[in-house]
Amino acid sequence: MIRIALVGQPNCGKSTIFNHLVGYKANTSNLPGTTVEYLKSETLINGKRAEVIDLPGTYSLSPVDQAETETRNFLRSGKVDAVLNVADASLLSRSLELTLQLLEMGIPLVVCLNMLDEAKRKGITVDLDKLSAELGVPVVPTIAVRGIGVKRVASQTIKAATSKVSPPSPVYSADVEAVIEELGDKLTGGMARRFDLPPRLLAIKLLDGDPDCLKRVKQESFGLYREANRLRDKLGKLRGRRGEEVLSAERHSKAMEIYERAATVGRPTVGIRDRLDALLMHKVWGYLFLGAIMYGLFFVVFKVGSLIEGPMMEWFNQAVTALGTVMPADSIWFAVMSGLIQGVAGALGFVLPYLIPFWLGLALLEDAGYLPRVGYLMDVFMHRVGLHGKSVIPFILGYGCSVPAVLATRILDSPRDRFVTAVLAVMVPCAARTTVILGLVGYFLGPTIAFALYVVNLFVVAIAGKIMTKVFPRVTPGLILEIPTYKVPSLRVITSKVWIQAREFIILAWPLLIGGSIVLSLFEYGHINYYLNLGLLPITWALGLPMAIGVTLIFGIFRKELTLIMLFQALGTTSVASVLSAGQMITFTLFVMFYIPCVATIIMLWHEFGMRKTALVLGFTTGTALLVGVIARGIASIIH
Amino acid sequence: MTLAQLGSGQSARVLDVEGGWGLRRNLEQLGIHPGDVVSVAGTGAFRGPILIEVNGSRVALGRGVAGRIRVEPL
Repeated sequence: MIRIALVGQPNCGKSTIFNHLVGYKANTSNLPGTTVEYLKSETLINGKRAEVIDLPGTYSLSPVDQAETETRNFLRSGKVDAVLNVADASLLSRSLELTLQLLEMGIPLVVCLNMLDEAKRKGITVDLDKLSAELGVPVVPTIAVRGIGVKRVASQTIKAATSKVSPPSPVYSADVEAVIEELGDKLTGGMARRFDLPPRLLAIKLLDGDPDCLKRVKQESFGLYREANRLRDKLGKLRGRRGEEVLSAERHSKAMEIYERAATVGRPTVGIRDRLDALLMHKVWGYLFLGAIMYGLFFVVFKVGSLIEGPMMEWFNQAVTALGTVMPADSIWFAVMSGLIQGVAGALGFVLPYLIPFWLGLALLEDAGYLPRVGYLMDVFMHRVGLHGKSVIPFILGYGCSVPAVLATRILDSPRDRFVTAVLAVMVPCAARTTVILGLVGYFLGPTIAFALYVVNLFVVAIAGKIMTKVFPRVTPGLILEIPTYKVPSLRVITSKVWIQAREFIILAWPLLIGGSIVLSLFEYGHINYYLNLGLLPITWALGLPMAIGVTLIFGIFRKELTLIMLFQALGTTSVASVLSAGQMITFTLFVMFYIPCVATIIMLWHEFGMRKTALVLGFTTGTALLVGVIARGIASIIH
Repeated sequence: MTLAQLGSGQSARVLDVEGGWGLRRNLEQLGIHPGDVVSVAGTGAFRGPILIEVNGSRVALGRGVAGRIRVEPL
């Protein structure tokens, strides 16, 4: 099996290429227990079986944030036969800095020059032969959105992988090269072998001031560590700047040099997309558009969802009634069958109708490149809660699912920001909790009240952020975020993204929903839920909810969607309005919005932050949920 | 003078970044190196982040970060 890794800077069109290579078969490997979040898939290229790995987008191989550290470690692990480096032709000189770092690693490499149409718009024409000659590796042009050139780049990569020929390492200025060589010679012995790196590469890393490598060398041999520091200082003196900046400056000027030789810059065409930001990132209009876009998304999701929820509910009520005519309603088989029907219909009726439009909308905004704009607009407000604009991206992903939201905190560079963002992101209602908000409050009390709950949620998250900032004082300098050019969203990328999520739901979550539904039915049959409800009485009592609801909260820890399906089960009816008052529905929904994250999220938190911090999150969220629930109950009782 | 003090539409040359290894690397990755020319494309509301254009790409920088980038106006 040939293993190919896709490496490229964020927004270079890497995932579009990946999509064209492997189609819809890809699996996310961001499941609990694995360390790197990436997509991989097997495919046939030129009749050879290949595994294609889509690594997270990375600006460089310097370990600035966690995604970059992981990409670097993965490439270094020796499990990759060839690298397919996707470079954005419209940002060629910057992209080449990553290419140079990849060349230093010595893994067979093919450069895929993507977004040539975009480059043309910017007035940039690239001489491919010249570029290929300068880099010493094949360069294949592609326009990924339209699938042009993808086959060719794939077969070139396979060729590179089977040839096993290392590409030529880039050569820097003579005086710098002399220092690299001097240090490299000293590392030729055991040290380079212990790192499993070529001596030249290790020397470059040490001269770059890579903190990980320096730390390890210091532990292994203090003499070499001192030598590395001495030579880095020497580099600094040669160039009259900080030692660790010299190599990156060399890379920068080398990249510029190659760029100037291989590309010619003419006049750019100014299009709509360039003018769009004048509106969407405007001091005033930007926020209006942001509000309108978010409300629009919410409204469409609600409309589509409730359109399907109504008839579905009717249909499955009839099915349960029909079931009662076939078998006695107090038999164990009736319990199993009605649990089964409710589990199946629950997913079809309440969950997927809201989830799929939501996933589609989010994927659309993500692919078009709108999310970084949200980060820019929200930076000011995020500062109020001790974070910065980049944290908005995990937040928005949190509206989809908490698990990728926790993972996405890796784009933040400080551990403190990561943790605080993760805590707040899991308090954002994920799509599963959205089904509870829309399917219960939205459906029975109307979309305006449901929308109001989202606003309440934002306030609570903001207050929670304030509290977190008191506990963990901020240390980070602030926002550094690329604002990429808008893209016409690719239908292919969006549908495959939604399909991967839907498939994961159908395979992993649906059986759980059905199983949970049957178990609850049996609990009821055997009167076990009475004891569970008794155990949860303190909570249901404090919230002023019927005791029968207690058990739904336990199931909700496994999957949040279960709370809604179980609620109908536990109350024995889908016409909730006849059993619960409006205040009770709101109180219940608010509690569900904040209390303990689901099991998958807990595992993810544990994996990312360790046991103690996870326990802290569980306590904090449950405490918040109780507090908010009790306040809601109080307000409801005053109004009524 | 720092980047944070520039107004919308102004250009400047980057002199130095006052900060640790991580911050400098982070900025370099996005195309902001000492010697580069940057221009301010917009500023956010309520002293929010500033939007700069550098080497053909656009980057949003928080006030704190921008305040650490020393520049000479052009």
